[in-house]
Amino acid sequence: MLRWLPENASTYGKDIDSLFSLIYNITGVTFILVMTVMVAFLILFRRREGRRATYLHGNTYLEILWTVVTAGIMIMLTIMSRPLWGRIKESLPASEIQVRVTAKQFSWEIVYPGPDGEFGTEDDLRADNNMNVPVNQVVRVILKSDDVIHSLFIPNLRFKQDAVPGRDIDSWFEATRPGKYEMPCAELCGFGHSGMKGYLTVHSAEDYQRWVERNWPSSQEEDS
Amino acid sequence: MGEAVSESAGAMQEARVHHGHLGFWRTYVFSTDHKMIAKQFLFMGLFMMVLGGLMALLMRWQLAWPETPVPGFGWVPEPYMYGGIIPPDFYNMLFTMHATLMIFFVLMPILVGCFGNFLIPLMIGARDMAFPVLNMLSFWAGALAGLVMLAGFAVPGGHAAGGWTAYAPLTANVTYTGVDWGQNLWIISLIILSFSSLMGSINYITTIINMRAPGMTFFRLPLVIWSLFIVAILLLLALPVLTAALAMLFLDRALGTSFFLPSGGGEPLLWQHLFWFFGHPEVYVLILPAMGIGSEILSVFSRKPIFGYRAMVYAMMAIAFLGFIVWGHHMFQSGMNPVLGTSFMLSTMVIAVPSAIKTFNWLGTLWGGSIRFTTPMLHGLAFVSMFVIGGLSGIFMASAPVDIYIHDTYFIVAHIHYVLFGGSLFGLFGAIHYWFPKMFGRMMNETLGKIHFWSTFIAFNGVFFPMHILGVGGMMRRIYNPLQYDFLQTLQPINVFITISAFALGAAQIVLVINFFWSLFAGKRAEANSWQANTLEWSAPSPPPHGNWGEALPIVYRSAYEYSSPEVSEDWLPQDRPLVPKPAATY
Repeated sequence: MLRWLPENASTYGKDIDSLFSLIYNITGVTFILVMTVMVAFLILFRRREGRRATYLHGNTYLEILWTVVTAGIMIMLTIMSRPLWGRIKESLPASEIQVRVTAKQFSWEIVYPGPDGEFGTEDDLRADNNMNVPVNQVVRVILKSDDVIHSLFIPNLRFKQDAVPGRDIDSWFEATRPGKYEMPCAELCGFGHSGMKGYLTVHSAEDYQRWVERNWPSSQEEDS
Repeated sequence: MGEAVSESAGAMQEARVHHGHLGFWRTYVFSTDHKMIAKQFLFMGLFMMVLGGLMALLMRWQLAWPETPVPGFGWVPEPYMYGGIIPPDFYNMLFTMHATLMIFFVLMPILVGCFGNFLIPLMIGARDMAFPVLNMLSFWAGALAGLVMLAGFAVPGGHAAGGWTAYAPLTANVTYTGVDWGQNLWIISLIILSFSSLMGSINYITTIINMRAPGMTFFRLPLVIWSLFIVAILLLLALPVLTAALAMLFLDRALGTSFFLPSGGGEPLLWQHLFWFFGHPEVYVLILPAMGIGSEILSVFSRKPIFGYRAMVYAMMAIAFLGFIVWGHHMFQSGMNPVLGTSFMLSTMVIAVPSAIKTFNWLGTLWGGSIRFTTPMLHGLAFVSMFVIGGLSGIFMASAPVDIYIHDTYFIVAHIHYVLFGGSLFGLFGAIHYWFPKMFGRMMNETLGKIHFWSTFIAFNGVFFPMHILGVGGMMRRIYNPLQYDFLQTLQPINVFITISAFALGAAQIVLVINFFWSLFAGKRAEANSWQANTLEWSAPSPPPHGNWGEALPIVYRSAYEYSSPEVSEDWLPQDRPLVPKPAATY
């Protein structure tokens, strides 16, 4: 089933996928075991003339056993999930690239801070529904919303974060593969929710340089 | 002391037996008889199920063949539909109202309203509920809520279209959706409905505590009564929070109070915290009665005592308690402090433990049984196996990092339907087939029952299993047209397959309707104890008269699950049958 996952293109994406596949294997094996036992019981213990059901109220040892085993697996899964969650959502790795994404009914407004690295200055660049970032670099995404709750979803990057009006939410990703990826809204935001989407273009280092030069031609002169 | 109370309550009820004829209105409409109120809830729920199901089919049409006219729906006026084509805002109304109806007006009225009312007095050995008039009010408040909810389709601006979760600020201001009185009526209807449920739950709790027949100790109660008792407590604690949140949302809309609007100093996430503090226990309100029903059915048709009775009771209590501290798992990606995410992840993982205990105990009940594959039993077995899938798929989103990807995708839609359709609805179908003879005095047809079961079971899996694949593929829930997205193009054949299965699932329900109404009038007359079961309702006539039993109330001597006991030659031993004790030597 997991082959239906869109191709992964981010650093933490592969860790999410391997946790996904671990849970898939554990639940898959559990399901097969439980169903095999159930079907076996249904066949073995179907009604037959002259056979009386076993008079049995339970078995304390068995009950303790399956309680402890289930609890063990569940706590193990929590312990295994915890570091990845912390890494993705609780930390913000050092980043040189920043993008501000403001969601509004029904588009993503992308703002780049420009060469000065600060928002709200003259050299800011605004573009609707198109995000351009370099490959193999941490990108800090500051998420805002102008009206209702939206959710920025980049399936290939395993990135999802709600945008909440009244807040700036810090989030990040690091793309590992150049390409053009779809960026839909995942939270119901009104009649135009369906079709609210943008594109993320992940450039190779050279392509990204060319994109920067095209958008801020003057900055190159200042730099050199 | 408890017994003294139940005896005096019993004596009080004696008087009610001799009421005599009450006339049409008091018997069928404004009835205070718990069995009639149960039937009223049942018919209301079944009617709403037809509406909710049709809405689902309209949605499925749109998802498989987007923006093409739905056959036979050309008559629906604009702006709802355009020559049979579903526009996006009507699509949003459809999924909002499909969920609202199915949760609040189908599963709750039938599982809690109908079976709670019908079974509690009959299974604990009481003549009626503790507060019969309150009981009647509870139904009529529920019916009023249903009318107000349906009226939302007739107002300008259309019905609520913000999802059944009604996330603010989308729902907190008319400008965001264009929906005006539709959303207001949705709020008002749910406030009325929560009063209805509160009246019901107070009644259930009081009745179970005070009116058990002599000898019916708490640990002799059938598990379905335990489940309804725990559900009533859950409702009592969770509904006031929903009511408060709904009132705040209404004030935001009507008076501009800005509880949830950041522009006025409000906080959008507050709505989500309040809603899910109610919403998660609500999920257990819908699944616990099905667990109780499944336990009754599995034990009766395996001819075996329920495996680990006390563990089953404690597991339900644990689920109910944990249900109050897991709501944050709906909000992992909401912007809530991610540190909180870890604690909610732990509590959510832990809730799998009591669920697993119940599943293993059901398997233990089957072990060594003498299993009869009747229609109720098939539904009971389907309940267990589908609940296993729904429970296991829940582990994926319990893991917060995995939830980053699958949150708000069809994986969630698949999960909720395996729990609420695969679990609750199969339990509900099982209950209808199992207690129909007691309710209406006639048996349902077994052949039609089995045709309905197998077609429903196969079509159900054809609809909802592939939704896991859609979710893994990244398809977002609540989108109107998947073809608007490049990355969803390859998933479209799955959407078509699901829609075809959904129509088969809808068609299968016609068999149930035929069987239900045919059996109502022409089914074989039912014996008092139609299934050779132990619980007290089977000691009353089918259907039970006003007051349930004749002059004397049953006296309880043992637990509810003494099947295949060595003490008797039959393989059942009713709770109320006195036995001369055997000499000690036999033990």
